[in-house]
This record gives sequence, C-alpha cells and structure tokens, in this order.
Amino acid sequence: MEAVTTEAARTGEDAQIIARRRESMRLLARATLGELSAAWGAIGSKPEVAPVRGPETGLVMVRGRMGGGGAPFNLGEATVSRATVRLATGEVGHGQLLGTDKERARFAAIFDALFQNDAYRAGVEALHEKIAARLDAEDRRKAEETAATRVDFFTMVRGED
Amino acid sequence: MYVAVKGGEAAIANAHRLLADRRRGDRSLPSITIEQVVEQLGLAVDRVMAEASLYDRALAALAVRQARGDMIEAIFILRAYRTTLPRFGYSEPVDTARMKVERRVSATYKDLPGGQLLGPTFDYTHRLLDPSLIGEDAVDEPALKEPGEHVMRVSDILDGEGLIEGDGQMPEGHVMGDLTREPMEFPMARDLRLQALARGDEGFLLALAYSTQRGYGRTHPFVGEVRIGEVEVELELPELGFAVSLGTVRVTECQMVNQFKGSAKQPPQFTRGYGLVFGQSERKAMSMSLVDRSLRTDEFDEDIVAPAQDQEFVISHADNVQATGFVEHLKLPHYVDFQAELDLVRRMRREYEPAQPGGKNVMKEAAE
Amino acid sequence: MSTQSQIYGGAFAEPVFEAQAVFRTLMDCFARPGTIGRLSTAASPPPPLGEASGAVALTLCDHDTPVWLSPALSKSAAPKWIAFHTGAAVTDTKNEARFAFFEKGAAVPGFDQFGLGSQEYPDRSTTLVVEVEALEGGQPLIGRGPGIKNGIVIAPKGLPDVFLDLWTANRAIFPRGIDLVVTSGETVLCLPRTTKLERE
Repeated sequence: MEAVTTEAARTGEDAQIIARRRESMRLLARATLGELSAAWGAIGSKPEVAPVRGPETGLVMVRGRMGGGGAPFNLGEATVSRATVRLATGEVGHGQLLGTDKERARFAAIFDALFQNDAYRAGVEALHEKIAARLDAEDRRKAEETAATRVDFFTMVRGED
Repeated sequence: MYVAVKGGEAAIANAHRLLADRRRGDRSLPSITIEQVVEQLGLAVDRVMAEASLYDRALAALAVRQARGDMIEAIFILRAYRTTLPRFGYSEPVDTARMKVERRVSATYKDLPGGQLLGPTFDYTHRLLDPSLIGEDAVDEPALKEPGEHVMRVSDILDGEGLIEGDGQMPEGHVMGDLTREPMEFPMARDLRLQALARGDEGFLLALAYSTQRGYGRTHPFVGEVRIGEVEVELELPELGFAVSLGTVRVTECQMVNQFKGSAKQPPQFTRGYGLVFGQSERKAMSMSLVDRSLRTDEFDEDIVAPAQDQEFVISHADNVQATGFVEHLKLPHYVDFQAELDLVRRMRREYEPAQPGGKNVMKEAAE
Repeated sequence: MSTQSQIYGGAFAEPVFEAQAVFRTLMDCFARPGTIGRLSTAASPPPPLGEASGAVALTLCDHDTPVWLSPALSKSAAPKWIAFHTGAAVTDTKNEARFAFFEKGAAVPGFDQFGLGSQEYPDRSTTLVVEVEALEGGQPLIGRGPGIKNGIVIAPKGLPDVFLDLWTANRAIFPRGIDLVVTSGETVLCLPRTTKLERE
C-alpha cells in the first residue's frame, strides 16, 4: 500500500475489494461440482487446506417485503451449506450456497481463499468466467423462452365500414 | 387422557414394511428417481416446499416420493426435517423488482412496460385429458424470441397519482416476528400473518379467498400483477461485514389491488393485498393476497363479518401440519377416554329412562 | 493476521463430541449444584475469555441466544469469535441476552439488570458465565436446595463482595431469576436459581 493515501481513497479501495469478493462469492455459490473440481484439478501446486468450520448444512430464513418493497417479513427457510477453510499461506475463505451439497460449499470456500492470494487469483478468475458464461447462456435462453410468450395485442375492428 | 399401553411392536414393524412395499409398488417397473420428481412433478415439489416452509427441491422431491404422493404427509416430513438443522441467519429481503421473470400478467393494465408474459401457464389450455402423454412423449423445444424491456412492477406504475396505497409499512419500532421462534399470539401483526399465510394450506386459503369473492368479506379485487421467477437470496456474514449471494430461489408474487371506498382514517383509494410463495404457485399467491387484504380490517376500520376477516380463525387453521396432527390423532387409542364416556352415558341413561313414560332399560345390553 | 487466527481458531476440533461432553458436564453440575466439574475438552478462545467459558459458549450459544459481553470482552476478539463459531449475535441490552460472559476480575453488575424471565416463561432469562480466580479457597458458603443432599460447601475465590446479597435477591424472585456458571481455567461450578446460599 502507498504511504500517502487519503481516508476516502482507502475506503474506495476497500469498497472495490469487497465488491470483487462479493461477485466472486456470488459466482462460486452457483458453480457446479464439475466446474469446481475441474478448476481444482487444474491448479498445479495446490496449497494445503485446513478446515476451520464445517462443511455443514443449516437453514437461512428467507425474507420478503410486504407489497414487494415495504416492511420485511419472514417468507420461509432454505437449506444452506457453508464451509470455512484456511490455506497454509494464511488466507481464510468462506463458501456458502443454497442446498445441501457440502462438497460444493467446501470447494467454494477454497476458491474464496485462493482468490485472496495473488498467486492463485488468475486461476480463480478463469473459473469465474466459465461460471458466468454458463449462467449468462442459461439466463439468456430463459429470457428468450419467456419473451416468446409475450402477448401482442391487436384491436379487432367491430361493425361494418 | 393418555395411558401407555404396550404391545403392537411386531404389528407396527410389519405395517411399516408393508408401507414400504406399497410405496415401491410393482417391482417390475423402474423406481422413480428424485430427479424425475423434481423435473416432471415440479409443481408438487413447489407446493411441498411452500407449505413445509423449506426451500429445497431435492429434499421436497424425496418427501413426495417417501409419502407416496400424499402432499400433506410430504409437507409434514419436510417440516419435521427442518427442525433438525441449525439456523444460520436471516437473509436480506428478496428484491422481487429484480426478479428474473418467467411469467408476468396483469389484469389491470394491458400495455405495461415488459408486457404480458404468459410463461409456462395452464391458462388457455382446454383442460382435455391428453392420451398422447401415456407412454413416451416427444415434446417440442420452446419457441424463442428476443427479450424486451425490463419487466416493471405494476405497483411502481400505480404509485404516481396517490390513488393506491404504498407497499405496506409496520409501525415505527416494530420488531419483526418469526413464527418459528415465538408462540402465536392474537392479534397478530401483518408481518407474522404473511409468514403464516405463506406456509398455509393452499386448499384452505383458496377456499377462504373464494369466500371473499362470494360475498363473505368482499374486497373488490383486481390482479395488479402476478409474477413468477427467480430472485437472489443474500445473507450478511457477520465475520465479513457484508452480504453475499447464496443463489436464487423461484417465487410467485401477487399484487392484488382492491377498491376501497374510504373510512374515517383513510380517503377513498385502492388498497392492496400481497402474496409471496416459494416456487411456482399463482393459485396460492393469489389466494394469499386476497386473504392478506381481508385480514387488514383494523387498518381500514372494517367490521369483521366473515371468516376470512377473522385472523384468529384464519391463521390458527391455515397450517395443514398442525391441522392434520390434531385431526388424525383422533384415530390413536382413546380406549380409557371412551370407557369413561361410556360409563357417563350409562349413568345418564339410568337417570333419564325411569323418567320417561313406560321407560325401559333396553339400551343397556347393546352398549355392552 | 493474528486477530484473524484468534477469530477463526480455537474452536472444538470435534464439535459434536466435544460439545456433547461439555453439555454433559454442565448438566451434571446444574443437577448437583456446587460440585466442581472438569471440562474434558478445552477450547482456546481469544483472551481474556477463559477456556471453560469459551467451551460453555461453544456448547450452549447459537443463533437464537443473544450474548452480552463485559466491556473488556467486547473490546477483544471474543465477539467475532463467538459470532463465527456459534452464530450468536452480541447484544448491548443486558436483559435481551440469553448468556452473559465475564472475564476474570470483571465487575459484575446487579443480576436484576439481566433477563429474569417472566412468571409465565421463567426460562427466558440470562445465564451468567463468570470466570473467577479459583473455584476453591474463597469465602465458604453453604448451598442447599434441589440436587444437594445435606448442604454443600462452596468457596469460589474472586466473586464480588456483594455476591451473597445479589444471589439472595435472585433467590427471592423465584421462579424468575438468573442461573450462574462460575468458571476457572477448565473447571466449572454451577448454581441454578433454586440453590440457597448462606454464610457458613
């Protein structure tokens, strides 16, 4: 870090780091086991990984808002699996995703830790791209399917003339 | 009164073995897989998730299979399962405005931004039983079209003139309740009522919603919007200090718009009822929104004249796991209870019969 | 990094078995008030949270049990350690807390500032976990009540001077009141609200 940075600049930097990590975690939560294990297999010298917490499955109470944007209320729970790991190099990674797949959660935690390590970041970013490309294609396909069911109204002319 | 009676272990074990056999059915047929239930009986899975109040497609499918397709049994199994898991936290409220919409229709506006998107709907089918579905069925790929503009929420369009109430707020300082943590108390605040309705029995809510249409607590409803699609679930991690996405869940949302002639407290305007349900279930979301509105009697100075307006009646009886537990327990041994009642009736008879002209003790033998 | 390892380290290596063992010891000690239990497992929580107190937190706290921490503990890595390993949120409001933790030598406020439960739900009260210098060698007190056959002498060293008055007042509002776990090193001594204490 530079010697002279204003408080605001540092906060902005932190915000950027947080935003990148959030996006990384968002993608890792949606990764398939195949994508994760393939990316793990592709790493040459693997760091040692120690479990800190989990992997374990539990519940998150999902909240909604009355009227869509009003006061919050509890809609119902969802299963969530999570894990926290520590690399031999010291980085602590967290993985958390919907469902009961603890192996995916453990992998997500490992990649979250790797993402914080300069030596491994590029590999994690390659995984991000793969996941994002798949999700975009899936979303695109679904949006197109839905768009095809859009109603085109036309007015019937009634009576003579 | 309950008295422990021993015996029946072998009968119970054999009954469960028989149940497993009947569940499996004809062994010459392939066993149905969880994936098949998820993919091909998806709306059954959705209903189990909604009413068990646990979003997990695979577990809900397992419950459907284990319950032999008995929905309330499946809901019961899944609801029981959730009690074995620790609670990690509360999500950020899902943002339905940013939903990846798979269906959206409005009955109030024809040409609204985003349009009328029918999605995978049973509407406009002829409800004719389709013999071509017996055996293998080849199905066409869906049609595709360039997606249009952002699917704007109807409630955001209506707000402008002030003729429709806002999204709904709780009083300042209100602490959000959680039915899974505190016992029910009445009167119940709207946030808790919505939680109860979201996991309430679809049939019960449908019947109540129907009753409001037939005049038992009329609410003059219009479907402002029904939308189905995936929303993101975010959880704040205390160790990191920011919220992260866990994935998406499919939900159905209904914005019901209700005509309202005004009261001492409120000017004439449109009021609203809200429905939000796990999975794809617009029948449930619509019913929920109708019942939500009819239960808001205190906010609009409405007299409680119908069952759908009575929150104690609606909320106490909406949960099918509770209901089935209490109704079905009647078949369990009540031998001692009944003997006591029998003695009581005999005693009353002995007092009643001599008082009758020409009274005889004819019923005594029959009762034994 | 050192704070990070304080937060993420020091929990049970075998969470299920160790939590069960600690739970068993606590249950036995609450069933026989005044006896000293040794926790067969030791957590290494961030200082100044003691070993036994940390093990109690890992065993009994979860997402549904808000925790209040003494000022010194609040300033340490303890809040994050407890939040990460147990899911319990830290609260500033004493009477909302289900558990309250005090490090060795911390000032203990009046028990009535904590959750005392209601007449209908006396269980909705705070359990205080107080670390002291030693569980023996202090001012002897005789305990009587359920789970104690002929009276038991306890002599924790390092409880506040007014402890007996606080405890007597707590006993007077039964069935409401707090319960107390006194810890030292890896040992515990439990005092449920049913126990009467007096000077020997």
